[in-house]
Amino acid sequence: MPRATSDAKLLIQSLGKAYAATPTNLKIIDLYVVFVVATALIQVAYMGLVGSFPFNSFLSGVLSCIGTAVLAVCLRIQVNKDNKEFKDLPPERAFADFVLCNLVLHLVIMNFLG
Amino acid sequence: MPEPQSSVASSGSVDRLRNAFGGVLCTFTLLLIGVLAFSIRLFSVIKYESVIHEFDPYFNYRVTQFLSKNGIYEFWNWFDDRTWYPLGRVIGGTVYPGLTLTAGTIWWLLNSLNIPLSVETVCVFTAPIFSVNASWATYLLTKETKGPGAGLMAATILAMVPSYISRSVAGSYDNEAVAIFALIFTFYLYVKTLNTGSLFYATLNALSYFYMVCSWGGYTFIINLIPMHVLLCIVTGRYSSRLYIAYAPLIVLGTLLAALVPVVGFNAVMTSEHFASFLVFIILHVVALVYYIKGLLTPRLFKVAMTFVITVGLAVCFAAAAILVALIASSPTKGWSGRSLSLLDPTYASKYIPIIASVSEHQPPTWPSYFMDINVLAFLVPAGIISCFLPLSDASSFLVLYLVTSVYFSGVMVRLMLVLAPAACILSGIALSEAFGVLTRSMKFQRPTLDDVSSTAGDGSSDTPTNSEMVSKEKPSKKNRKKDRDSEGSSPVDHRTEEKLLVLPCGPSAVGIMLLIILSGFYVVHCVWAAAEAYSAPSIVLTSRSHDGFHVFDDFREAYGWLRHNTDVDDKVASWWDYGYQTTAMANKTVIVDNNTWNNTHIATVGTAMASPEKAAWEIFNSLDVKYVLVIFGGLIGYPSDDINKFLWMVRIGGSVFPQIKEADYLKDGNYRVDTHGTSTMLNSLMYKLCYYRFVETDGKGFDRVRRYEIGKKHFKLTHFEEVFTTHHWMVRIYKLKPQKNRVRGKLKFKPSSKTSSMRKTGGKKSPWQ
Repeated sequence: MPRATSDAKLLIQSLGKAYAATPTNLKIIDLYVVFVVATALIQVAYMGLVGSFPFNSFLSGVLSCIGTAVLAVCLRIQVNKDNKEFKDLPPERAFADFVLCNLVLHLVIMNFLG
Repeated sequence: MPEPQSSVASSGSVDRLRNAFGGVLCTFTLLLIGVLAFSIRLFSVIKYESVIHEFDPYFNYRVTQFLSKNGIYEFWNWFDDRTWYPLGRVIGGTVYPGLTLTAGTIWWLLNSLNIPLSVETVCVFTAPIFSVNASWATYLLTKETKGPGAGLMAATILAMVPSYISRSVAGSYDNEAVAIFALIFTFYLYVKTLNTGSLFYATLNALSYFYMVCSWGGYTFIINLIPMHVLLCIVTGRYSSRLYIAYAPLIVLGTLLAALVPVVGFNAVMTSEHFASFLVFIILHVVALVYYIKGLLTPRLFKVAMTFVITVGLAVCFAAAAILVALIASSPTKGWSGRSLSLLDPTYASKYIPIIASVSEHQPPTWPSYFMDINVLAFLVPAGIISCFLPLSDASSFLVLYLVTSVYFSGVMVRLMLVLAPAACILSGIALSEAFGVLTRSMKFQRPTLDDVSSTAGDGSSDTPTNSEMVSKEKPSKKNRKKDRDSEGSSPVDHRTEEKLLVLPCGPSAVGIMLLIILSGFYVVHCVWAAAEAYSAPSIVLTSRSHDGFHVFDDFREAYGWLRHNTDVDDKVASWWDYGYQTTAMANKTVIVDNNTWNNTHIATVGTAMASPEKAAWEIFNSLDVKYVLVIFGGLIGYPSDDINKFLWMVRIGGSVFPQIKEADYLKDGNYRVDTHGTSTMLNSLMYKLCYYRFVETDGKGFDRVRRYEIGKKHFKLTHFEEVFTTHHWMVRIYKLKPQKNRVRGKLKFKPSSKTSSMRKTGGKKSPWQ
């Protein structure tokens, strides 16, 4: 048991240390993802309180949060310099794709919000 | 040193010229493929006329007419009161709008350019245009997987495959015409995103999936196949960040876009057909997180993390799974729709949903239909599967999975052979292209004209590789060798040595090429025959060739024309549901039931009426405000798909809802018979009477040419109906309900028959119309 707790502490420490070594721009994207997921959780909790009518608004709200989170993760994958598959993709192109996809997503959200 | 530089430059320009020539040749071939795909579908227009075929296309045509006349907002909110009287049908919310919006857009575009094509012409030719697009999409998909040669081969094969032709001839204005193009294009964009990892293509993929959802109910195939493929990649250890980019945005954006289409609506998140995609979405995120943490930690710590996570994670997983299973199990169909269930369990429809079981397209196919529909491809496909495994990439594993699932579904329903056709074409294209590649390569390397590097059969290949490798390292002084190699058009050196190891002798490879060309010739001949003879019949006009010449049977349009011009606008017509769409579109009358078959009880009502005796049937029809009854009768000319042959379904469907219709009453020794051996219930039913009224006057004996015997009851009068129109070949017979008598004196006089006693026998459960 104590070995497990010390292992767990060691694990969390090394995770924290390794994560602190990531570049700042990736940490900003991660923070954005955390914020968006928190927003989605707040929306689900609110739906649990007041009921799910109108359902399309709830769905569009939650899916817009999940959608931007997914797209931000995709951007992080493409911008990460450690990722060998994307080393000849300029980060501007990755950001432009991110913006375009977000535009389409939010156009659909606006339409579905009702 | 100018010399080697000029040689490098000239070899570079030779390469560029070769590439440019290849590109031009490729484009020209694609154009020819487009012309082929379009023109092979025009047989019905040439043989008959530019008319809409079958039954379902007439509904789509009517909807497109409405759209072109009233605009998109009216179309979106349209409530149709001319079908399913008195229930009506919400067209905006129950139709897949992709096809009608596409044709409407083409019509509007052409008319705004002052090319005055009518809506009918645009509708008739929409399918061939989109089959051209589908072959180009097949080229793109196969090029992404295996290269442009295989792409061109696959595109040519798809342009001609009979299974696809059968649903996309000129005049077959049905959902599959645009849906197959959307299917292949969505798969192409998915594979392209998988190969490049570009978010731009992921967005396009989601939009193409949206077009597919708009067009056809078969979009559930895509939304289940792609998660299966992602799961396969994860399980076989091929997870990569490109996989995440290809899948995750598609699911989020795709679910939202699918929920936008009114037909799908909230089904996009609530039915079991979509749950697989959400499950794999969660699994993918878990796997991505695992790989990310693995990259952060040392291996020992990673093991510790794994044991910790697994113990906690399994507990959470079990809890979530238990809740989900309880939710699903509480619904009677476990959350699946009836149609999907009939696909997963082929015997489901015949047990529970007789309407789905009665459609001939929903029967399992026979073995000959495989050979008829995909012909030579049936045995080229296994060669394609093997070729996909050398080497195995994400795209080729996707194609193999697509083929395997579509083979299963095509075995359940004949109609789904259409989904098998593109997969079979792509894999056969790959197989043929590889075969041609090997054979032509072996012939090319055996030509004795070039330098001694390419000598005789592959024997001396062991020392020549080292020779050519040394040559490549001494670039400047060996410009001759390099030029010769370039003029042979070879790729890098070690690739070439590998190719040489596969070389076959020259004679057999020439014979092989000849045989492959002859095989393709057989395929082409079969496809053209199938398109011309088998799949070009418009089924609204029939032709036959007999000893006394060529006959054309245009009875359907004759009858609908009579109805259109000789009845009031608001009169209701009752017929079996097959003819509903045609009646509303061509005769412009309100119908009781039509091909949409969404209300089983209403159809059972009409079926009961057709199977009941005259008075009971009159009561049923009168309660529905019906004025005219229409029956199709093929006994005079031998047309086998008439209402007497469909009568068993009327009895079955009617009997499934109304217990006074018992199938056993109509059967004699297990058969439906209308001759003297037929049961009295059968010979007294409305269908028998309406079909065979005055039939004995045609030849004096009443010989039914379809059933091939003389009918049972020959001379009888109709008491509650009167005949108003019979077409030239007696194929369509229209009757009018007689109004009730003004005075009823004492007891109602009617022929004493078994019907009253059988109805009294049922006692407790009385039909509501008595």
